[in-house]
Amino acid sequence: MSDENKETAGAQEPRERVIGTPSPARDKALLADGDMSAPAGAGEQLDEASAKRAERIVALFFLLAFAGSVAFIAYYIGWSGRDGGMHGVLRARESNFWLGGTMALSFLAMAAGVTIWVRRLMASKPIIQERHEFAADPQSRAVFAEDFMAGAEDSGLTKRPLLRRTLLLAAAPLGLAPLVLLRDLGPLPEKRLRSTHWGDAVEKAKRQGKKGVRLVVDGTHRPLKVTDFAQVGSMITVLPEGIEEDVPHDQVLTQVAKAVTILINVPEEKFKPAEGRENWHVNGIVAYSKICTHVGCPAALYEQTTHHILCPCHQSTFDATDAAKVVFGPAARPLPQLPLDVEDGYLVATGDFPEPIGPSFWERG
Amino acid sequence: MSESTAPKAVEAPLNFLDDRLGSTTFFKRNMKKVFPDHWSFMLGEIALYSFIILLLTGTFLTLWFKPSMVEVVYDGSYTKLQGVKMSEAYASTLHISFDVRGGLLMRQIHHWAAILFMASILAHMLRVFFTGAYRKPRELNWLIGIGMFTMGMLEGLFGYSLPDDLLSGTGLRITQGVAESIPLVGTYIYMFLFGGEFPGTDIVPRMYMLHILLIPGLILGLITAHMMIMWHQKHTAMPTQHQTEQQVYGYPFYPVFMAKTGAYFLFTFGVLALLGAFAQINPIWLFGPYDPGAISSASQPDWYMGVLEGSLRIMPNWEITAWGHTLSLNVLIPALLPLGIVFGGAAAWPFIEQWVTGDKRHHHVNTRPRNAPVRTATGMAAVTFYGLLWIAGANDVVADRFSVSLFATTWFFRFAVFLGPVLAFIVTKRICLGLQRKDADVIGHGVESGIILMSPEGRFTERHEPAREEERVVLLSKENARPEAPAVDARGVPAPGAKGPLGHLRSRLNRAWQFDDVPVEEHAENGHAELEGDKETARH
Repeated sequence: MSDENKETAGAQEPRERVIGTPSPARDKALLADGDMSAPAGAGEQLDEASAKRAERIVALFFLLAFAGSVAFIAYYIGWSGRDGGMHGVLRARESNFWLGGTMALSFLAMAAGVTIWVRRLMASKPIIQERHEFAADPQSRAVFAEDFMAGAEDSGLTKRPLLRRTLLLAAAPLGLAPLVLLRDLGPLPEKRLRSTHWGDAVEKAKRQGKKGVRLVVDGTHRPLKVTDFAQVGSMITVLPEGIEEDVPHDQVLTQVAKAVTILINVPEEKFKPAEGRENWHVNGIVAYSKICTHVGCPAALYEQTTHHILCPCHQSTFDATDAAKVVFGPAARPLPQLPLDVEDGYLVATGDFPEPIGPSFWERG
Repeated sequence: MSESTAPKAVEAPLNFLDDRLGSTTFFKRNMKKVFPDHWSFMLGEIALYSFIILLLTGTFLTLWFKPSMVEVVYDGSYTKLQGVKMSEAYASTLHISFDVRGGLLMRQIHHWAAILFMASILAHMLRVFFTGAYRKPRELNWLIGIGMFTMGMLEGLFGYSLPDDLLSGTGLRITQGVAESIPLVGTYIYMFLFGGEFPGTDIVPRMYMLHILLIPGLILGLITAHMMIMWHQKHTAMPTQHQTEQQVYGYPFYPVFMAKTGAYFLFTFGVLALLGAFAQINPIWLFGPYDPGAISSASQPDWYMGVLEGSLRIMPNWEITAWGHTLSLNVLIPALLPLGIVFGGAAAWPFIEQWVTGDKRHHHVNTRPRNAPVRTATGMAAVTFYGLLWIAGANDVVADRFSVSLFATTWFFRFAVFLGPVLAFIVTKRICLGLQRKDADVIGHGVESGIILMSPEGRFTERHEPAREEERVVLLSKENARPEAPAVDARGVPAPGAKGPLGHLRSRLNRAWQFDDVPVEEHAENGHAELEGDKETARH
């Protein structure tokens, strides 16, 4: 609706009575003016004075960008390498601020300059372009189909089924060959997931005539005495003694990742040992696999008052007093328990976990 | 204009190329290519520029990063970790951060750019979905976009796992647990991925190859295809006066769009540099090297993996053990189902919509979201579903900040994930229909002018005026429902396309798609009779 019409409409109604100030409704936009944002001066004759002003502002921004880049290089060459160069947290932080700050300044100033240039100085007009049909007309399609079939016939592919079929046969294994090549990506699972280093360590200890393998504290590798761990409510992470020495060097982390175990001292009167595991604890000191049975995060949080073990990744919660039964969360199975005993005052494990540790898998059963 | 010829420095190389490639025809045709202008069209550009920045900063990082899990004892300049055993990958990341000038900046820009890359793709996809820009003929680019987002998730996961710090190791451990849950082949996938048992020594070099070569190569290929298809098909446009199905209106590529998009690249880089300089991200030196027995609370993945994390967290602990086999639904379902629904649904949507509406035409002018209420409502349901799962991925943080029980948040999300989308669907559809009604009102009755008229008998009425032409065009861009013939006519003969159970379903969905449509149209007497405005308004 053009303004012209509105004006005429108004002119024809001299008797119209207006109460109050007419609302500016006709000037008010119903819709956001989102469509055509730039260039503001497009298609208009630029007023030379304001264009000059805009040019100076743009130039200022470009100079600022230049200064930013110069400052970046100057800092890099002149300051960042002083006193023997980048070293440690303080210098890293300082150089990060300076290099990043000058870089950001340079980019942003240049961006602002270009934006003002586009919006204030470019005189291009919006233009219209025709859209075209993508599809070929039916006739060309038909011609193409004909040519295609003619080519197939010329080649003999349609006439000679033996050729066609054996070619397909020849091509089929080519798709499989690369997959076959990937076989050595890793070993087959076999029984690997069923045991941990606790089993080997206990066996070794028993061969030496001991009851089991000592538990050592993760990190310090100090064997743990019952008296060291007498305080009810405490929790500590343990590993089988000698895991670092008995395992090939590049396998240590892998074995630790399976054998890592939490030792918890729960109040003995509250402790309900599972059937057949009555003597797997030592005065309420009980050991569970630290690897969550959900997807394998370390179940590392222990809440003394509720005796809950919590995995911080997905909040599976296990009851330490009740054979690590699942109380909440997505884990389906209790944490496997490690049989404990005492030998010469030291805590020892007398066997491997009775079941595979960590997340469930298809062959687990 | 005509008196100017290009300077020799420009002309000579152009002629050189043209003599050999005939390139001038191409340049001539394309330099005035029209780019329709709308703020929402810039979202995809952010993604493109973030990707370029990722390539630049990533290349810088590869010069020092050592993708190796060989154990070393750290003796670099970060004193707190000196003497600590760690993998070479972690040590070299510390080296980049503390001993390479600008290294920390590049690392932080790289990480921020990855986050921005994924966020802008998602925003861009939402824009495309809600405006119907994915419709024929642009379904291919829609599918490419979904492919890029999915690959971006993998790329990001591998990328932030490379430094082999405590947080990223935990992410890998979860990846291992998820791989193991796959029936039949899970343990094989696990062994083949890690080259043995977790963590082994192969995973970092393998992820490195995937992260810097294979996946970026694939994404680059898809981006190229995406851009070429877009260039060939021309842009969609929001419905305005000059945009029609036959023409596209906007500013030419050269010089306007070129300058604008150049500025936009600089803005993107500038903002990322700002973030890299002042907003710390992934401070791996605080997390320490990976230790399979250690974890910090509130471990969070990057945002685009949050939806998987959330579904893992709120899934009930279902597991089936039978005939000597274990099926861990508690891992399998959350890992596959939610994203399967969202991405699979998004990929199928253009084709489902075509089937339901029977609309096989080309569409170049977008729909305003209100004018396709079912689509908009479905989109909002998906956004709600995704968003709730995403927040559920931080339920421990939510519980901590708002002092509610952790278990209560889990239960809340377990229900909300199902109820939220339904509610979002209903509410969105109502809002869309309400907006349609408002549009119909503006077109049918005009806009309140604030002018009160008194008729001779003393009645007061407000005068309505027709909306401005450019606004009417936008409102009238709505395509009103075209009811199909009833599925079964009076003689019991099914209409074509409504035969069989599938046809029956189609016909029902078609009705659901448009039965409550509010027609936005000019009333016959309103047509061009605006001159008689006063008579008109008196009637209202």
